[in-house]
Amino acid sequence: MSDWVEVIDKNRKEIDVKQIRKDFPVLHQEVNGKPLAYFDNAATTQKPAQVIAALEHYYKKDNSNIHRGAHTLASRATENFENTRSSVKEFINAPSREEVIFTKGTTEAINLVASSFGERYIHEGDEIIISTMEHHSNIVPWQLLCERRKAILKVIPIFKNGEMDLEAYKKLLSSKTKLVSVVHASNALGTVNPIREMIDLAHNFGARFLVDGAQSAAHLPVDVQALDCDFLVFSAHKMYGPTGVGVLYGKRSLLEEMPPYQGGGEMISEVRFEKTSFNELPYKFEAGTPNIADVVAFDQAISYINRYGKDKIHSHESALLAYAFQKCVSIRGFEPIGTANEKVSVLSFNLKNIHPFDVGMMLDASGIAVRTGHHCTQPLMNWYGIEGTVRASFAVYNTTEEIDRLYESLVRISKRKN
Amino acid sequence: MEDINTVQDEIIDEFGILGDDKESTIFYIMELGEQLADFPEEERKEDNIIKGCQSKVWLITSYQDGKIQFLADSNTAITKGLISLLIRVLSDRTAREIIDADLYFIKEIGMGNIIGSQRSNGLAAMIKQMKLFALAYQSKIDA
Repeated sequence: MSDWVEVIDKNRKEIDVKQIRKDFPVLHQEVNGKPLAYFDNAATTQKPAQVIAALEHYYKKDNSNIHRGAHTLASRATENFENTRSSVKEFINAPSREEVIFTKGTTEAINLVASSFGERYIHEGDEIIISTMEHHSNIVPWQLLCERRKAILKVIPIFKNGEMDLEAYKKLLSSKTKLVSVVHASNALGTVNPIREMIDLAHNFGARFLVDGAQSAAHLPVDVQALDCDFLVFSAHKMYGPTGVGVLYGKRSLLEEMPPYQGGGEMISEVRFEKTSFNELPYKFEAGTPNIADVVAFDQAISYINRYGKDKIHSHESALLAYAFQKCVSIRGFEPIGTANEKVSVLSFNLKNIHPFDVGMMLDASGIAVRTGHHCTQPLMNWYGIEGTVRASFAVYNTTEEIDRLYESLVRISKRKN
Repeated sequence: MEDINTVQDEIIDEFGILGDDKESTIFYIMELGEQLADFPEEERKEDNIIKGCQSKVWLITSYQDGKIQFLADSNTAITKGLISLLIRVLSDRTAREIIDADLYFIKEIGMGNIIGSQRSNGLAAMIKQMKLFALAYQSKIDA
């Protein structure tokens, strides 16, 4: 039995979920005549009132374009925008603000690296390593890059329980490996990968390492200096922040060597028709007017997480996962997918003889929001030989009472066919 | 045999009895799907899949005594239930009847609310495909 199944209640650091729930207006509604139980947090989390208020405040009081305005509102907007950059720097313990680049999400951040790092560092015959459990966003940009550069994409196998096969990974690494890009926590399985160890192994061969932190940023400690990762990418909207904002952290030495991703405003220092010289980091990679309002409001999401602390949040979510697993495992026909030893709070499963879409549909009828399908990890689903799963993913505001409802609905649904 | 609109009115009455409870409505639709006639295994192929549905839907037709018969299947129970409703209304009809059918029962029973917008698009794709088959048969008749 895995560790996370047994951690229930032992030395648990309590957080006041009742109080937290008050901060999330969207949770207080009925869906299909039943109170909403929102378990689709790995897709996107809900937003606390503080984030919503920051968005409204920005548009009501501070709206202005940033960085070059000669007026008070522009400098206020710039200051707020840049404050978020400082908060992100602290949040991931980046050495400097200049290494924090705003994108529109994890996907764009990976595409930026694939395009720009790829242009500078990937050549014919070079190898890029990803894993079987990657999200399509961490597969397709590398496939496209490999096609462009005649490079080779290699895939780390996994074990049936959803853990990374580290021995196989070691065998894939060689002097040809130029980049390893692996998810910190799997969106489809919940597996937390041993990225610290994986990064060290890659560095032994001089390869660079990108950490896809989309599913870990809100749940696990992520310290880029302790990890020594070369790139880290994540999205604001999966950590109680607004949609349309992502972060790329990159080591300064790499970012300075990499060519710009897109051309336009903000990213230049001087434009002449003969030649353009580019702005310094981080602006070199932030062409055009950025998503100012959402970046400004993102700061409140970071503050929100910091207020409770990731250790307490993670402890609460782990307890929920253990509770849910212990209850659901008794349901006839319950087939968990992904039972790694270390997990974030993702419960992925199927009910025997029932298509995941049907399970999701029936749960929705009871006001319970889950995700069903391949979770943008088709190669992983193919590896398991399944079409998809039902995924319940928990966040700071979820409760054991909500999980009881999930359990009771699943029992009813499963009885139809098992 | 009852005409298309009489069958539609029957369906509206049946769903009316279920009331507003979404869970029982969904369970009912799934049960309807389970009563669908068996679909021949060899026809469960790529060519017979309807494009535009989230779930897999296979649809084939046959033509007998001037009427079109539909046979269909899906990998999800809810979609099977939806197809069974369409088949109940549209199968064993002339091409002209199918082409001219105004499927008001879908709106009347509040299908959009029951299945949501993504599945409503799939349902629309199924209806379109059934009408296209009818058009093809009709054009053969007219030729």
